[in-house]
Amino acid sequence: MPAPQPQFALVDVNNFFVSCERTFRADLENTPLVVLSNNDGCAIARSKEAKEMGVKMGTPWFKLQPTARKRGLLAFSSNYALYGDMSQRVVRLLRDFAPDLEVYSIDECFLRIESVARRHGGASAMGRAIRERIRQWLGLPVCVGIGPTKTLAKFANHLAKKNGVFDGVCDLYTLSRPERKQWMSRLDAGEVWGVGRRIARRLDELGIHTVLDLREASPQEIRGHFGVVMERTCQELRGISCLELEDISPPKQQIMVSRSFGCPVRTLKDLREAVATFTARAAEKLRQQAGVAAAIHVFIRTDRFREDEPQYTPGIVVPLADGTDDTLALLEAAFSGLCAIYREGFRYKKAGVMLTLISDKTRQPTLFGDTASGEKSKRLMLAMDAINREFGRDTLRSAASGIEHRWATKAEMRSPRYTTRWDELPGVS
Amino acid sequence: MPESSLSVSPIPVAQNPAPSENTLVAHRMQAGFPSPAGDYAEEGLDLNEYLIQNKAASFLFRVKGDSMSGAAIEEGDIIVVDRSRTAGHNSIVVAVVDGEYTVKRLYKQSGQVELRPENPKYSPIRFGKEHGELGIWGVVVGLVRRIAAG
Repeated sequence: MPAPQPQFALVDVNNFFVSCERTFRADLENTPLVVLSNNDGCAIARSKEAKEMGVKMGTPWFKLQPTARKRGLLAFSSNYALYGDMSQRVVRLLRDFAPDLEVYSIDECFLRIESVARRHGGASAMGRAIRERIRQWLGLPVCVGIGPTKTLAKFANHLAKKNGVFDGVCDLYTLSRPERKQWMSRLDAGEVWGVGRRIARRLDELGIHTVLDLREASPQEIRGHFGVVMERTCQELRGISCLELEDISPPKQQIMVSRSFGCPVRTLKDLREAVATFTARAAEKLRQQAGVAAAIHVFIRTDRFREDEPQYTPGIVVPLADGTDDTLALLEAAFSGLCAIYREGFRYKKAGVMLTLISDKTRQPTLFGDTASGEKSKRLMLAMDAINREFGRDTLRSAASGIEHRWATKAEMRSPRYTTRWDELPGVS
Repeated sequence: MPESSLSVSPIPVAQNPAPSENTLVAHRMQAGFPSPAGDYAEEGLDLNEYLIQNKAASFLFRVKGDSMSGAAIEEGDIIVVDRSRTAGHNSIVVAVVDGEYTVKRLYKQSGQVELRPENPKYSPIRFGKEHGELGIWGVVVGLVRRIAAG
């Protein structure tokens, strides 16, 4: 018996951050809402009503304040504890539908459904069941796109999101071939998954303007111009599946932790605390993927929007003699780098560290390492991560991270962490 | 303290023995003689499992006010609300009334829909043609309360 043709569904929560807020704020159902990035910077999620008011993605909050006052636009600071918890609930719910699943982002999952769709009365019916269940269980609106490849599932999801006729679920292969072609001819090639703005511009020069043009283009020719990745995209648009589900994201080659400060920082002491906290967090991520880093890049920046102030944006890469995942060794390197680049007399807006030259820990021979102290450090790091997991991030940290965190992220309009804190549960009377 | 007629006099709370330190008994396995208890080893009881059937769809709320004291739901209690359950007549539900969350008993008989408090101080809220649609957020399936140890 030939294997059934693959079938993929892409489930995507509409305006995810805003929708999470609304699950716990029934009174905001029709209110224009935005969620702001770290430090209450820019709009990173908008409700339908906010979009209709003309609020653009990435608009700084200070520019939106007149609209907020005049037209009742409301803003929330990011509440990542809430969004993360809701995202996990979505994934848990979807696993009941299809165990083969890829968490593509905080608000999107790919499912492999050809072997399970029949149980739900076919792919379209399954899509509707998913949509209804997520709405009922979590109060979140989603769109489902279904197709024989990941790229087509993503395209179908786009159609479902932008066109009311689909009622949130678009199974591409229930449309007739002419219908499908018509939808493809209405959308720019740049909207296809994996086609960036730059490639779209070059496609345009080749006379490939719409999704349909790209589908009909010769894959060989596309490969000649753009390489194998775009050739695959082209094949996927023709219904030939080239991309599998990725269960586990590949280990990162670089780990970056950086933040903008809520208020500008001047002193080396405050910068040290920030850099220590970022380094500890980066080291934890490094150990999670069982890697070791052979260099750490430290950088600090003044506020480039303050043209009236002196600007200084130095960075330095500090090599580590031996690849390490030890927080204390990484801190030492980070501090020596920071001391080398720090200059007095500037107001620093941002700092960060990036671990680079990362390799797999198991393949790393210890050249000069003293095994006894290596073993001790490993146990210390394991204990540190376990305690922080159990009792919350930063329960245990190196004293260098400081206690006060004057520079900590500004989040003045954050909603309660309804699902992850005992003292912030929603109230009911 | 008056003489007690009981053969074992109660210990006043204030004189309770201080919390004692208990050492776990170290159990050394003998090679060749498996522990007779090994076959009966079980997981400890987990209150999450007892209170929450559907983890993805269950949320906790903190109760304010005394409108449900007749159903033993008191101010400060935590209730477990399962959104995957269908509310029926007599379910205790969390509903949305004028944009606010409220916990009440659902009354749904012969075309009549009401949210009924379980405290004579408050009156029922009616729904239907003239009174607007009832929006149910979830069904209450559990109650959690700590008791102060004194």
